[in-house]
Amino acid sequence: MIPSLPRSLVSRCANIGYVGAFFVFLFVPLVVVAVFAFNDANYPAPPWRGFTLNWFVGSSGGRIGLFGDAPLVKSVATSAIVACWVTALSIAFGAANAFLLERARFRGKTALSMLMLAPLVIPGVILGISILAFASRLAQFANDFLGIEIDFLRPGLPLVVLGQFSYIVSIATLTIAARLKRFDITLEEAAFNLGASRRDVFLTIMLPHLKPALVGAGAIAFLMSFENFNTTLMLVGSDAPLTIMMYGRMREGASPVLNAVSLFLMVASMLLALALLRRPERADVSRALP
Amino acid sequence: MADRLRSRTTATLAGDFVAPHMRLALFLLLAPALLWLLGLIVLPHVDLAVLSLRTRVAPRTYELGFGNYRTFIDEPLYWHTFVRTAVMSIFATVCTLLIAFPAAWYIAKIARGRAKSLLFVMCLIPFWVSETVRTLGWMILLRESGVLPRLLVELGITAKPVELLYHDTTILVGLVYTSMLFMVVPLVSALESLDDSLIEAAYDLGGNGLSILRQIVIPHAAPGIAAGSIIVFMLTLGNYLTPTLLGGKNSLWFTEQIYTQFITRFNWEQGAAFGFLLLVLSTAIVWLGLVVTGQKFGDVMRRS
Repeated sequence: MIPSLPRSLVSRCANIGYVGAFFVFLFVPLVVVAVFAFNDANYPAPPWRGFTLNWFVGSSGGRIGLFGDAPLVKSVATSAIVACWVTALSIAFGAANAFLLERARFRGKTALSMLMLAPLVIPGVILGISILAFASRLAQFANDFLGIEIDFLRPGLPLVVLGQFSYIVSIATLTIAARLKRFDITLEEAAFNLGASRRDVFLTIMLPHLKPALVGAGAIAFLMSFENFNTTLMLVGSDAPLTIMMYGRMREGASPVLNAVSLFLMVASMLLALALLRRPERADVSRALP
Repeated sequence: MADRLRSRTTATLAGDFVAPHMRLALFLLLAPALLWLLGLIVLPHVDLAVLSLRTRVAPRTYELGFGNYRTFIDEPLYWHTFVRTAVMSIFATVCTLLIAFPAAWYIAKIARGRAKSLLFVMCLIPFWVSETVRTLGWMILLRESGVLPRLLVELGITAKPVELLYHDTTILVGLVYTSMLFMVVPLVSALESLDDSLIEAAYDLGGNGLSILRQIVIPHAAPGIAAGSIIVFMLTLGNYLTPTLLGGKNSLWFTEQIYTQFITRFNWEQGAAFGFLLLVLSTAIVWLGLVVTGQKFGDVMRRS
């Protein structure tokens, strides 16, 4: 129960013990991944055989480290490119949607706002197959009736971007709309009364107000895109993003190079997370987490 | 000048779009939303439904009907997998709730000040990392040559390393782990809004731990419990990575069947039918959860 009520020593200890065990459960898999990235053995398993950086920089003796593994490095780059596209599209569409929901009045707005949340409750695999099937139909149509081949409608990175965008933009919309809702409209009126133009008002009042939400939505979009697996799996062509590449290798067998790339990912996402949490507007970011 | 000013202010104040140039603005704002929702959500799903109703009777010949759904019913493997996926998802959701609740209680009610925000952020950290990485961690922990079987041998609990991967329990552990965040966050925010004095009053009036939990805490936290459960269930049902990697070759998960039909067998019509069944199940459970707890979809999504 709560601290203001009398609690026995036993129940206090049980509380702390439980919470301790809970956090061990949360962190053990990550710690294990990190530790075995430095083990001097060809297989990520105990016992500990000494410290090595081979799995990061190695290039000889059958050990190709992360930075020498060209397909792996390329897949990281592919993921980054996809994530940049998804982020840019999500921010742009999310901002437009936020203004639509908060400022415009039209019939069917409630229905539209519900529909905007729908992608969040559709399983990722199904978003993937429906977009795959629809794009193929469009491509087939273009081929049959217009005699043109539209490459980007075939499985590949453009479809991956569209697939991830289709639900990540819902989260961006929610984040930006929540911030826009808190905007004090009298500020805008005051600026207009003082003779500011629409453009001035937007650039000097609206944009600074929205900036934390735009940055937060962008960071979340980037991370979710980078980590996406389900939707990507269905839409991917010959260029595999990192998650797909790792999945393929994990099915083939284990190698500490996967631990190395995982550690690299962990450090990168921690840094991004910490940078966001340090910002004074952290409430926006933690609220926007899926 | 005054006129122009006033028309501007009323337009922003009322926020509605009446004048012709405002209609244009409304149209410009609507265009991206419609492009997204129609182009990537509504039309593809309509197309998927149509596709699922076409049955292949001979190469390149199709017939309209429920043939693909009949295959689902006639073939025990398919509907067994479907039922199994649903039951295990429900089970995983319940386990996640039971494990997350005490932890959320501690964060929301017992921890104070810096410790509280530190614990909360610590809950979030593992989920900034990709699911692939987390699954890799479990594989290294549980496989026969892995950390945990070795630990059991060294503690003298088992004589030789046991294989802990590729069991249904392993899948369950992986699913619970992956879903934890989505349960903890709504629970913490629901419990934080519960006034401590209510619990104190109940205690003064003679309530014990169990009756306070049942009559005060759970009714108050119900929206958070529902929100967390709905999201965890949906994510578990649609998960692909955890069951395939932790469950190995003998595990059956419905998303795997969809993948097999679409990518391996290239039988899109059958795959579309499976996809639609999964979508219907997922939507039905989400809807049921909302109706039972009397909540609105929009509120739940915003809360999580």
